[in-house]
Amino acid sequence: MADNYRLVYLLIPLSPLIGAIVAGLFGRQIGRKGAHRVTIIGVGISFLLSLLVFKHIILDGAPVFNGTVYTWMISGGIHFQIGFLIDSLTALMLVVVTFVSLMVHIYTIGYMYDDPGYQRFFSYIALFTFAMLMLVMANNFMQLFFGWEAVGLVSYLLIGFWYTRETAIYANLKAFLVNRVGDFGFLLGIAGVVLYSGSLDYVDVFKAAPHIAQQHIELFQGHPWSAITVICLLLFVGAMGKSAQVPLHVWLPDSMEGPTPISALIHAATMVTAGIFMVARMSPLFELSTTALSVVMVIGAITALFMGLLGVVQYDIKRVIAYSTLSQLGYMTVALGASAYAAGIFHLMTHAFFKALLFLGAGSVIIAMHHEQDMRQMGGLRKYMPITYWTTMIGGLALIGFPGFAGFFSKDAIIEAVHESTVPGAGFAYWAVLISVFVTALYTFRMIFMVFHGKERMDEHTRSHLHETPAVVTVPLILLAVPSALIGWFTVGPLLFGHYFGSAIYVLPAHDVLRELGVGYHGALAFVIHGFTQAPFLLAMLGVATAWYFTLQRPDIAEAMKHRLGWIYQILVNKYGFDRFNEIFFAGGGRGIGRIFWRVGDVRLIDGLLVNGTARTVGWMSGVMRRIQSGYLYHYAFAMIIGLLVLLTWIVFG
Amino acid sequence: MITEKVMFFVFASVLVFAALRVITARNPVHSALFLVLAFFSSSALWILLQAEFLAITLVLVYVGAVMVLFLFVVMMLDINLTKLREGFIKYLPVGATVALLIIAEMIIVLNANFGANKITSPMIHGPGYSNTAAIGGVMYTDYLYPFEIAAVILLVAIIAAIVLTLRRKVGAKSQSPAAQVQVRKSDRLRVVKMPVERKEIGQ
Amino acid sequence: MIPLSYYLILGAILFCLSVAGIFINRKNVIILLMSIELMLLAVNMNFIAFSHYMNDIAGQVFVFFILTVAAAEAAIGLAILVVLYRNKSTINVDDLDSMKG
Repeated sequence: MADNYRLVYLLIPLSPLIGAIVAGLFGRQIGRKGAHRVTIIGVGISFLLSLLVFKHIILDGAPVFNGTVYTWMISGGIHFQIGFLIDSLTALMLVVVTFVSLMVHIYTIGYMYDDPGYQRFFSYIALFTFAMLMLVMANNFMQLFFGWEAVGLVSYLLIGFWYTRETAIYANLKAFLVNRVGDFGFLLGIAGVVLYSGSLDYVDVFKAAPHIAQQHIELFQGHPWSAITVICLLLFVGAMGKSAQVPLHVWLPDSMEGPTPISALIHAATMVTAGIFMVARMSPLFELSTTALSVVMVIGAITALFMGLLGVVQYDIKRVIAYSTLSQLGYMTVALGASAYAAGIFHLMTHAFFKALLFLGAGSVIIAMHHEQDMRQMGGLRKYMPITYWTTMIGGLALIGFPGFAGFFSKDAIIEAVHESTVPGAGFAYWAVLISVFVTALYTFRMIFMVFHGKERMDEHTRSHLHETPAVVTVPLILLAVPSALIGWFTVGPLLFGHYFGSAIYVLPAHDVLRELGVGYHGALAFVIHGFTQAPFLLAMLGVATAWYFTLQRPDIAEAMKHRLGWIYQILVNKYGFDRFNEIFFAGGGRGIGRIFWRVGDVRLIDGLLVNGTARTVGWMSGVMRRIQSGYLYHYAFAMIIGLLVLLTWIVFG
Repeated sequence: MITEKVMFFVFASVLVFAALRVITARNPVHSALFLVLAFFSSSALWILLQAEFLAITLVLVYVGAVMVLFLFVVMMLDINLTKLREGFIKYLPVGATVALLIIAEMIIVLNANFGANKITSPMIHGPGYSNTAAIGGVMYTDYLYPFEIAAVILLVAIIAAIVLTLRRKVGAKSQSPAAQVQVRKSDRLRVVKMPVERKEIGQ
Repeated sequence: MIPLSYYLILGAILFCLSVAGIFINRKNVIILLMSIELMLLAVNMNFIAFSHYMNDIAGQVFVFFILTVAAAEAAIGLAILVVLYRNKSTINVDDLDSMKG
């Protein structure tokens, strides 16, 4: 039985990989249909097997699987292996990743219908699925890092999918560079883990964690830091890069240059949650460092609030959702900081559904609008595309946490968990996430109102072609709308307050905020009813009302405020100046240092001194030497005799 | 004993004088002749040292062959002597200083700690002793290969000297016996058939 | 009885005279060659003296070889000199500077 499942575990990542290879290398031979068939079949197999694994692990209660598939090498007692750790956390992630991926694959058939890079695109997203699955299934840091880098690579390739666009190339370079910063921290963190535990395996590392917690590390002379804090912070830097937390968030909005399915799959539902997943997976380490948890929480809170605010001033439909994603990732991070890992993962899951839904809905709108993304050119689309409208509405309601929708359960749980948390910074984080609820509702419904309601602002040509998108687009929307609306009802109990995660997530009793919440939990229905009376609901409604008032009733007031509060608007439009700062300080500084190195190191030192200098010295030496070579016989004879004399003197008197 | 010492000093002083004249004589011919004298005197000294074979070889080889060669070359080349003597006085102080320094140092070495004075009495061989036989005995046994090599070196010197100085005359004629022997009748003789010619009358 | 050092000093004097000869006759290749012959004679003198006083015939064998090599050297040296004179019509060392750097 166990051996059968080993094969299943192996097949889950490999079938998308095979699809990717076939579609990528033989795309021309198998044609467009062949490419999407082979990858969808691969991901479909992966999805079905994931469901099987989910049933096996969760419903049948099979023990946690932790096995090595292949040993790459053993060096200095450290095993570099490919292995799988299949527990409840992994099983959940498998289902989420493969489901969203499958939906996006199907949707892509419609979205990319007339793109010349059709096969390439399918190859990439299947490859991405493989990498993401390797990441979540890993049982060691090496494989985790492999998956981590592989998803980053595919993300790079996909952001720059339309590589003839200059902005796309700029965006994918930016994403790659910012991720390098995060990955460097992550790599250092892994190095720290290996240094202190001597192993890459999760199990060994977690076993050694209490021991590491007592160690200290002196990064600067005379300032001993707790080793576990340093390790956790470094790992979190990796998570900050991948999950786009402030200040490494700058790449995510720009990544919207990629095709919309990618924004849905990679930059909303799965890859950006890798950081959240990783921190949850490392919960035995993070639990031991209150400092790290505090940092995580504060960073998350800042991201949640301030990135949400940016969404309010955007006019590009995809960018609004992108900033929403940043904000929601902030929520997840806050949950991690509050030790409510289960809530973070729960939000990850619900967010994956409704954010993929929102992106695909936006994509559907973009298809209908002939690749017009500016919301100022839209309006009144409700009657042209009802399916898109209603599914997007479900996504929007889930996003703002309307009681009963998926987002409500997870977001409310996070807010409550932060409220309960005693980690330093929790007070700030609580207010940040609370205000953020209002902001979320504001920008979400601003977007919905601007796109689907109000005046029809598009030109006549576009309006005449407006119609609902084909089935390959709407079916995934409907399929994603179902879990976005309903999944919270079934999962909130076991995931948050039950024993779903079991040993997969470790929480210190002192930090266990969810247990405190669990005391007051009396079923999903009671939770929903309770939700109607709470501050977040009121704030959300207030946000919706504000959005309605300013976008539909009195757009002139919004315009007026834009002018009256010009400086705030400028700050928001400039995204708090992160990009400018990076451009001037890091990019400019890098170029400056490069120029100095080029001038001094390359031109003067290497070229001038070493390469040409050697030749010049040899030339000069020969110039001197040739004077000695008079060519006269007696000069040589004199040299010999005088040498003889010197030698003789040395022997006699020496 | 006193005779021996007298002879040593006589030959030694002749040797030193001859050597001095070799390097100071104006005419290279004189130099060569003084060099002959120097060889003769050292040959006499070598006989005092009971090295008759080498003494005779020196006279035969050097005086008889090498020095004749020198004289031959000196006389053959038409040399502008005055030009060659330029700088003689100019470099005399330097040369003298260097020479004196070297000799001073050598004498210091000999007197100080060289240990030459430890050997006081050489073995005096009797009248039946043959220096030639002794050298031959060693040379054809222990030093056979070096001896062969020395022979080859001489051969090489001979060939080299000839090759270096050989001058082929451009228009010189010579026989080729091999070609002469191999020649056939057909190479030299051609039988030509032609009609008989008649003398026309009246033309 | 003549001490060994007499012969050695005689050798030294001969050697030094030949060195001085190289210095002062620096223009005339023939005299230079003669000086070299003289130098070899000085060395031979030492060899034979040692051979006699230490009763070892090997020294004399060495002298034999030196004579051989010196004869070869003189022959080739003079041959070169002749060729040189034929080509350049001079044996003045000052004119022989084609190896000047």
